[in-house]
Amino acid sequence: MALSFLERHKKIERNVTLLGALAFAAVTVGGIVEIAPLFWIDNTIEKVQGMRPFTPLETAGRDIYIREGCYVCHSQMIRPFRDETERYGHYSLAAESMYDHPFQWGSKRTGPDLARVGGKYSDEWHVQHLKDPRAVVPESIMPAYPFLAERDLKAGDMTAELRTLYQVGVPYSKDDIAKGNDDLKAQADPEAATADLKKRYPKAQARDFDGNPKRLTEMDALVAYLQVLGTLVDVNAPAAQEVLVKEKGR
Amino acid sequence: MANEPRIDEATGVETVGHEWDGIEELNNPLPRWWLWTFYACIAFALGYVVLYPALPGLTGATPGTLGWTSRGALAADLKAAEASKAAVRAQIAAIPVEQLAADPKLLRVAIEGGRAAFKVNCVQCHGAGAAGSKGYPNLNDDDWLWGGDIATIHQTLQHGIRYPGDDQARQSQMPAFGRDGILTPAQVQDVVSHVRVISGEDKANGSAQRGAAIFAANCAVCHGANGEGNRLVGAPRLSDAIWLYGGDRASLTETVTNAHAGVMPAWSQRLDPVTVKMLAAYVHSLGGGEAAAPVAPAEAPAQPATATK
Repeated sequence: MALSFLERHKKIERNVTLLGALAFAAVTVGGIVEIAPLFWIDNTIEKVQGMRPFTPLETAGRDIYIREGCYVCHSQMIRPFRDETERYGHYSLAAESMYDHPFQWGSKRTGPDLARVGGKYSDEWHVQHLKDPRAVVPESIMPAYPFLAERDLKAGDMTAELRTLYQVGVPYSKDDIAKGNDDLKAQADPEAATADLKKRYPKAQARDFDGNPKRLTEMDALVAYLQVLGTLVDVNAPAAQEVLVKEKGR
Repeated sequence: MANEPRIDEATGVETVGHEWDGIEELNNPLPRWWLWTFYACIAFALGYVVLYPALPGLTGATPGTLGWTSRGALAADLKAAEASKAAVRAQIAAIPVEQLAADPKLLRVAIEGGRAAFKVNCVQCHGAGAAGSKGYPNLNDDDWLWGGDIATIHQTLQHGIRYPGDDQARQSQMPAFGRDGILTPAQVQDVVSHVRVISGEDKANGSAQRGAAIFAANCAVCHGANGEGNRLVGAPRLSDAIWLYGGDRASLTETVTNAHAGVMPAWSQRLDPVTVKMLAAYVHSLGGGEAAAPVAPAEAPAQPATATK
């Protein structure tokens, strides 16, 4: 028995094509068992109230967040532990990043978690902190990003970006996509009419974010993005709590 | 290639039967402790699969016979923490914040609770030692913008300052005297000179004398005739050397030209009432806390008023 096994194994060891094919088959089985269930088990596709796609300005801010590598030091994933929820707020739900492509969970926290940073600080604080982190947090080791306030936001064609996101599953309406470029400017312009924007994007915050109403800068976009993080889903609502408690198998 | 295991002459140990270019492998047995640890791990894994969530299925993983969930574990954790604090929190909830000082033991607990909450929610602006920074007030000193007795601090914490979304937030707005053309740049410089004189930074001079009249006409309504400030509208006292946005000529010029309007969140929207109360006790304890005013502290007026510094 042992001998015949060795004999057969020898065949595999000496045939690189056969070895490759069988190795692929073994990895495939592992992949199917570990990855495939994520597409249908309830845990990963739980529905929540209030989640909506990012507005064009928030999307542009998110692009800057990714461009500057914020995710290298900041996570956006509050785990269900007491020490985390007491510091950062309610633990993150899978659905809260369902319109993130790619998601920004991160894997390292040199700085604090940002999943629920929205509304925690004033716009002015964010601007000051991004320009010079040590001005407000003396012990901070975060790099300074003063140029964000000086550079005009050149987000490119937001209708194209929104359409791209739509193609990977973000449910923007035709209206949202068509008005992408107008929405981008309107959200940070205190003079602009934003009723329509707020109707299409519930809980959208429209105001001048960077302290300079005359210009639309990268700072506007990034602060708008930071201020919306974690504010869309009311996780503390009684109905939401009830569902979370019932959940098993996690 | 040798196909059959044989006994190696030098060591007396059986080989595994493979041979590559004359190199063979001895089939020494695994150490006993290693083998048993390995078997124990398998046994543990089997038990784990039965007891805890493990195998993925069509709608979710197998729940495990213990019914453990990470969210349930967190809920139990929080519940235990809450229970251990429940008695003292109920006491703090029941007592009006002005009367906390009458119960030194409870006050001490409240201050410690406030210290913990301060580290999570307040240090980012007011600093780890509550010493503040440019634009964010130092909470250790006797210089208060809106008042330093515990009830006033509590009110500020609950509703915030110029915080959109809370109707009771403290409101005031200093005009941008320079930017909006209320004063000419030369007049702004004169006012700055005057402010530097009343704060004791400069000696009296001609520019300051001209500025005194401008100050009386434009600034005194909120900051007081002598720059003593007005807590009803959060107008800072200008006749001392404590500055929120800087007291040098350049900073003062900036302030008079563009005005400042710092924002603090309404913490009652984010924190529970007991935590807000504990924060008030902590901030009051930092060194600048004032005794409660004999009459109830007046609320900030709703109409826009001026504030500076």
